[in-house]
Amino acid sequence: MRGSRPIRRCRPTLAYAAVAAAVLVASACGARGGSGGGGESGVADVDPGAGGASGSTVTVLAAASLTEPLTALARGYEADHPGVQVRLSFGSSTTLARQVAEGAPADIVALAGSTALAKLPPDAAQDGGRATIARNAMEIATPADNPGRITALEDLSRPGLDVVLCAATVPCGAAADAVLSRAGVTPNVVSREVDVKATLAKVRLGEADAAVVYHSDVVSAGDAVHGVAIPAARNTTLDYPMLWLNRAEHTVGFAELVGSREGVTALTAAGFLAP
Amino acid sequence: MGALSLDARVLVHRDGFALDVALAAESSEVVAMLGPNGAGKTTALHAIAGLVPTEGGHVRVSGQTWDGDGTHLPASTRHTGMVAADHLLFPHLTALENAAFGPRSRGVRRSAARARAMAELAGLGIDSLADRRPRELSHGQAQRVALARALATDPDVLLLDEPLSALDPASRPETRAILGHRLRDFPGVTVLVTHDPLDALTLADRLVFIDGGRVVQEGTPAEVVVRPRDRYVAQVVGLNLYAGTTSDASTVTTAAGPVVTTGHEHRGPSWVAFSPAAVALYRSRPDGSPRNTWPLTVSSVEIAGQTARVRCTGAIDLTAEITAASVASLRLHSGEPVWASVKASEVSAYPA
Amino acid sequence: MSASRRAAARTTRIGLFVPAGLAVALVALPLAALLLRADWGGLLGHLADPAVLPAIRLSLATTFTTVVVAVLVGTPLAWLLARSHSRRASWLRALITVPLVLPPVVGGVALLMAYGRRGVVGAPLLDLFGVRLPFTPVAVVLAELFVAMPFYIIAVEGAMRGVDPRLDQVAATLGASPWRCFTRVALPIAAPGMAAGAALAWARALGEFGATITFAGNFAGRTQTAPLAVYVALERDPDAAISLSLAMLVVSVVILGALRGRWVR
Repeated sequence: MRGSRPIRRCRPTLAYAAVAAAVLVASACGARGGSGGGGESGVADVDPGAGGASGSTVTVLAAASLTEPLTALARGYEADHPGVQVRLSFGSSTTLARQVAEGAPADIVALAGSTALAKLPPDAAQDGGRATIARNAMEIATPADNPGRITALEDLSRPGLDVVLCAATVPCGAAADAVLSRAGVTPNVVSREVDVKATLAKVRLGEADAAVVYHSDVVSAGDAVHGVAIPAARNTTLDYPMLWLNRAEHTVGFAELVGSREGVTALTAAGFLAP
Repeated sequence: MGALSLDARVLVHRDGFALDVALAAESSEVVAMLGPNGAGKTTALHAIAGLVPTEGGHVRVSGQTWDGDGTHLPASTRHTGMVAADHLLFPHLTALENAAFGPRSRGVRRSAARARAMAELAGLGIDSLADRRPRELSHGQAQRVALARALATDPDVLLLDEPLSALDPASRPETRAILGHRLRDFPGVTVLVTHDPLDALTLADRLVFIDGGRVVQEGTPAEVVVRPRDRYVAQVVGLNLYAGTTSDASTVTTAAGPVVTTGHEHRGPSWVAFSPAAVALYRSRPDGSPRNTWPLTVSSVEIAGQTARVRCTGAIDLTAEITAASVASLRLHSGEPVWASVKASEVSAYPA
Repeated sequence: MSASRRAAARTTRIGLFVPAGLAVALVALPLAALLLRADWGGLLGHLADPAVLPAIRLSLATTFTTVVVAVLVGTPLAWLLARSHSRRASWLRALITVPLVLPPVVGGVALLMAYGRRGVVGAPLLDLFGVRLPFTPVAVVLAELFVAMPFYIIAVEGAMRGVDPRLDQVAATLGASPWRCFTRVALPIAAPGMAAGAALAWARALGEFGATITFAGNFAGRTQTAPLAVYVALERDPDAAISLSLAMLVVSVVILGALRGRWVR
């Protein structure tokens, strides 16, 4: 046809390449990795393909709050047993329990609280074993500079403060609710996050004035977070049951390591209480 | 409507291409712009419409300056109507709504605009198609709607950019006739850009030839047909044309050698032209009176019915028009040697 | 066409059915499984849960707002991008496309950095006007806009490129102001593309999870959109989650189906 226009080609290859590079850098710095919830990438990285329940791979699913101590113990175990790989996956206990109940392959499951435990089939540990590896107490976490000037549980009900808690369906959320209601404190809750890491993240970023999380989480956050203790009389403790689902050599080996003195030392260093 | 006049000088520079074209026309005049592709005809039209600024030139209509002297009226305030080779009808509107678009844009009330549009459609014989969408119209019908749309705004200047070129050859004569009829009643100035000499010769009052961004000849069809002053023009009107200088009262020296005429008054740079029908072809050098004789080679033969156009090259490039029977009896085909001669009385020479 | 050619054409078509069927299965199977595993008896009970209706209402309200804002601010941008051929426009287009490839959680983090209490824009907002954006429905809309508006802009830019610029020129010579050219010529012609873009953006906003939960948080009735409610319900009671998922599926299908009939070709 006479007078047809030339097709305009957009060739911003340089632009797209630069933007793609920036995106990759941003993802590397900004994404929260595979551990801890906060979205689709949270608890779905259990890889069934890598040997599963036998061989020299031990698959461990654990509550998010156990991230630091279990990771350290796993690296230690791998160093002592060359050729063995301990694959760790952290997330919210209820989600992990449900996944195991649906058949996700795991050798060891370490949960926060007994409510999550109830989701597993009662005979889950019959081929292996079960033990309580730690306990955890609740604590108030504030941003490092404590802008809300919080010193005690009662301060949380002060108007104008933004408080975040874990979702009620998550062990840390249920525990926080119990502590707060027993103390008669009604804080201004702005969000109920899907797991404890997400809750703490809001505090670390300064988006919330306070959160009620585990003591171990406050310890693991180090200087980024300021902790306000809750006296034992008004506190609750959470048990951390660990199940191993078979008697494979390294499954038992790692489970024993966690329950050993070395394991307890690592856990208490991370802020947990001895079982 | 009072007397309209268009006075335009379009100066545009773009990508090393310089356009310098002056156009003038009176009311009811149809001026045709012809020229090869890329000569700048569409740019000139767009400059008059206000879609392209004329750098240093001017566009004045009936004394009002549309462009120039620091003014540049936007296209929407100028009273122009434009029709392009592609009808460019708004695809989401019916024919009637398309034609009413101009008046509506100028603030006319809906009912009045639609009545005006209907009148224009009726004037072109397509009022029965008022409720059709452009995709339901043939190209010829769509072009008529486009014309109605342009005329419905009562423009001072009607700009037609090769309006018939996209039509199939069968429907072209009918649409050309309808267009000519309508233009005769149009009181404004029409500027028609075309490739087709038939459009120009039948529709236009004056012809302006543009080549390489400059006007190379203008005049009435009658003048131009007889005295082309440019190779392109000669090609359009179908004459053999050569540039040269007079060497005496009856000879013009061209690049192809001397051409003899029956005498001319002027001296100096000269054009020499003769019709293809005036060329006689021979197998061997002719005896007799013709003084303009050249040995040539046939480069192509085109037969159309009883006549044939034979193009020859050699000492001179010319086109001869002879009967098809002669082609047969002379056994003329590409590559054959041939002698061509033209009587001096058939050669016209005029000042360049 | 000869018989052998017809047979060859038929074979090609049937040959294509296999991969095409696989494509259909990949999409249809999970949806079918959802329908099959649903606890139809308890469906109404699950939907009567106090968290469900607020979540669906919030989702509809925020996604509707998102689409309106996207159309209002995205259309002019799409128009400018469609009509511009400069390098700057190419870079701008690349920038607009970033949220499409960014993991949504990363988007949420970025939103926090911008609009959080200590954010680039959020901190002054809080100090000067006492306005806190995170954990509010406005934050939900902002998160949805971030991920969904690029869909709209890209779709509409494509539709507007399809509008012949010479139509603008003709409209101008007929006396139409640039605004009238835009509203009477470009917009009507691009309208089907705009509707398709709006539907796409709406669908993306409805499903948005990662940026929402990171930036707006999760609070029933205020920022807990339907996808968040499903995720939380999954922890507590999978059947409830399935029921809510079905409800979302029905809502989506109804709305997209209605749009498809009228405007989306």
